[in-house]
Amino acid sequence: MHILKIITKNALRHKLRTFLTILGVAIAILAFGLLRTVISAWYAGVEASSASRLVTRNSISLIFPLPLSYKDKIRQIDGVKLVSFGNWFGGIYIDEKNFFANYAVEPKGYLTLYPEIIIPEDQKKAFLQDRKGAVAGRILIEKYRWKIGDIITLKGTIFPGEWDFVLRGIYTGRDKTVDESAFFFQWDYINETMKKTTPLRADQVGWYMIGITNPNLAADVAVRIDKTFKNSLAETLTETEKAFQLGFISMTEAIVIAIKLVSFVVIFIIMVVVANTMAMTARERIGEYAVFKTLGFGGWHIARLIFGESLLISLIGCILGIVLTFPAADIFSSSLRTYFPVFNVATKTIYMDIGASVLVGSVAAVFPTWRAIKIRIADGLRRIG
Amino acid sequence: MGNKTFIVEIKNLFKSYRRGNQILPVLKDINLDIDEGEFLALMGPSGSGKTTLLNLIAGIDRADSGTIIVGGIEITSLSETELAGWRAYNVGFIFQFYNLIPVLTAYENVELPLLLTNLSKKERREHVEIALRLVNLEDRMDHYPGQLSGGQQQRVAIARAIITDPTILVADEPTGDLDRDSAVEILGLMERLVHELGKTIIMVTHDPRAAKKAHIIMHLDKGVLNAHPQNHY
Repeated sequence: MHILKIITKNALRHKLRTFLTILGVAIAILAFGLLRTVISAWYAGVEASSASRLVTRNSISLIFPLPLSYKDKIRQIDGVKLVSFGNWFGGIYIDEKNFFANYAVEPKGYLTLYPEIIIPEDQKKAFLQDRKGAVAGRILIEKYRWKIGDIITLKGTIFPGEWDFVLRGIYTGRDKTVDESAFFFQWDYINETMKKTTPLRADQVGWYMIGITNPNLAADVAVRIDKTFKNSLAETLTETEKAFQLGFISMTEAIVIAIKLVSFVVIFIIMVVVANTMAMTARERIGEYAVFKTLGFGGWHIARLIFGESLLISLIGCILGIVLTFPAADIFSSSLRTYFPVFNVATKTIYMDIGASVLVGSVAAVFPTWRAIKIRIADGLRRIG
Repeated sequence: MGNKTFIVEIKNLFKSYRRGNQILPVLKDINLDIDEGEFLALMGPSGSGKTTLLNLIAGIDRADSGTIIVGGIEITSLSETELAGWRAYNVGFIFQFYNLIPVLTAYENVELPLLLTNLSKKERREHVEIALRLVNLEDRMDHYPGQLSGGQQQRVAIARAIITDPTILVADEPTGDLDRDSAVEILGLMERLVHELGKTIIMVTHDPRAAKKAHIIMHLDKGVLNAHPQNHY
């Protein structure tokens, strides 16, 4: 007979109580896993950002544009390999409920800078040849059931009017970290229209995307770029793509902190629940632990029995919780795909689930173990009968 | 008199309990020697200190002063860990309420003390089967305590007590929870352990019929041991 057999038999002594505790742990791990995945989804842009790309924007704010003429000046700066640019378009598809990211880009440079965006060659060619051409991510295609060649009309908010685009390509991500719910089109299309309707807003770009030769020199290149436009009408702020993405997240940092706190509160609550179960268990069995001690079993053996049972319950709950997290994340993802285009349960989250359950199981066993070890044998034996 | 050695030697033993600010003396200057192969019954009114004395001899409680030597080892000077190890090999316990682990079968309950030894699974099985055969329960080895009668449970407890071939067996009211027939059966078994296997048994009991089975009956009253034991040899 192995100690594990005694642990298993002990755990199954009160089947309903054990089942409910396991269920509680599973639900807590499920909630913890989903909340951590929400946080990961929040940081998806940061995770997907490349160390070899910089973003240059107006130093006052992203909403102020930069002149198109900066492109050539930036290209000439030492350490810069490639320059592209874009504008946030902010168009609405049919009505405001159908939100998705849409922006205008200089297509050739953009697609070179972002190799993680995969478009079939023939579609890419068609897109580059059509000024009104647009590319949409796989998720948008599935959601709106668009087909190649469809005319997609967006109502401009920043750039007034109804804008028709011809769907020329469908992109997929190189890996799971790539957002597949964006819509982009040729910058020239809006620029030429603006030249006709609002010439003062023509030849302006929202941000520059810069490919650099050596990621280790990112800070130096950024300083050189900003120095070039110092004391100009539109001073620049250049940062790594990661810092640029983090800038967006910092605007919603309070929400992220709140979600993080809730995820830890969930674990704390289940820790109290499991601790209560283990305390009840140990109290009921204090006489038996006294018998074990009488027979010569030491504190270490008693600790193994209690810790083993507590960890067994929390780890079974953890496994169940992890198994449930994946379908739950799929449901969550399909319902909130627009807000969380990248919603994947990360391996790190699974490790955190396991870590949390080990912590719960261990902490819950501390007090009952201490009590069982400390009790005098004679006092423990008096509890029997 | 020569230097006769006893299996249990108790000298000037004192034990008291603290209740709030009060100190209640339980055992007062106990001196007792027990021969190997002896069957000793400790009797006395409730609260006289019988179980406390038994617990001290078995190494599950600590004396205030005095010495207890069992099988040549002064157990009063052992640490808690050393005492636990000593108990595992030197003391077999028989309790009033059997104290079997309810989720373990009769076989597993008897095997329990052997988990602390280096015996292989096969060797443990051999030992357990012998012990269960000795108490005539080899056909019930897969039964759980809840599926056995009180007498059968106590027989399992006796098998568990003798499985490590301990130096002494201590029994605290072993027939206290049994009907008359079962009590007779258990006492008969204990007599066999003494006569056939040469075991030393120290038994606490209220039951004069149980005590009569012992070789020697000693009385404790208000923590003082009767100086004139009744000899039943």
